[in-house]
Amino acid sequence: MLTDRKKWFFKGLKDGIPIMLGYFAVSIALGISARNAGMTAPQATIASALIMASAGQYIGFTLIAASASYAEVIVMEAIANARYLLMSTALSQKVDPKLPLRHRLLMGLWITDEIFGVSVSVEGRLNPWYNYGMAAVATPGWALGTLAGVVLGNVLPVRVVSALSVGLFGMFMSIFVPPMRKNRIIAALVAVSFAASYAFNAMALFSGISSGMKIIILTVVISLGAALLFPVEGEDGHAA
Amino acid sequence: MQHNVYLYILGMWAVSYLIRVLPLTLIRREITNKTIRSFLYYVPYVTLAVMTFPAILSATQSPVSGALALVLGLALAWFGGSLFQVSVACCAVVFVAELAMGL
Repeated sequence: MLTDRKKWFFKGLKDGIPIMLGYFAVSIALGISARNAGMTAPQATIASALIMASAGQYIGFTLIAASASYAEVIVMEAIANARYLLMSTALSQKVDPKLPLRHRLLMGLWITDEIFGVSVSVEGRLNPWYNYGMAAVATPGWALGTLAGVVLGNVLPVRVVSALSVGLFGMFMSIFVPPMRKNRIIAALVAVSFAASYAFNAMALFSGISSGMKIIILTVVISLGAALLFPVEGEDGHAA
Repeated sequence: MQHNVYLYILGMWAVSYLIRVLPLTLIRREITNKTIRSFLYYVPYVTLAVMTFPAILSATQSPVSGALALVLGLALAWFGGSLFQVSVACCAVVFVAELAMGL
């Protein structure tokens, strides 16, 4: 059991490295927005270390800059982060049903798009130590990138930031592409998701909707459609 | 009214944490409903695909370098590239492409 923990924790540390690099790059922009909102370096760094949500923090910082009410900030934060409800539900089916409460409470701290994406793709049951390993390297990446954004502003070469920022998408692709080879329904689903996401972004009708909201609407509609048309049989179902 | 930035941060953290932790702590049993199980099975693929495209095209300085990263990433992942390899290759192609384009 102990060696199992160790194995998963170290695997998490290793798989967390690309997340850390991507986070560092992406959160520089977030740090710049925090500075523009009048936040200090410690405030922005603490916010990032705790909250770890790109869209959510960006919206929050914008509202802080506008001196919005606490209630407004909380409501917008809930909307921007609503997709984590789905991710948390999926993880609840991925962990051992007997997993103790303390591990569930800890795992919840670090449900981000990337940590979720990587952890949900492991074979069989998910060991929480895998998430802790990833969080241990990803969190400093996110917090220090934010700090760098506040302190350095636009000093970093744009080309470097631009290159680093696609790292996260590369990770996403390495997760959703391999199953496309084995499962034609998933292949079709990814194609539909690309097309729908493109259309959703292109239509002026939806331009007022936040990106977090778009993700959740598309995810619910497309996944539900797929579930009704192509229900998954047997063991496969809980591999999600 | 004067607002305290740390209170804002605390509020943002609390609501984000509740959203993340509630399903994980409240749903302790395996869901047996076939539709819900199938829905949850498809969620990760759909959500990752939706987050990747078209966002990757606007993450870089030019949509061309973003598109190159997309094509390379899809191909590499298809042919068995690891998480780390795909991620680093995408970064590298953007760096080289933007250097070549003089951006």
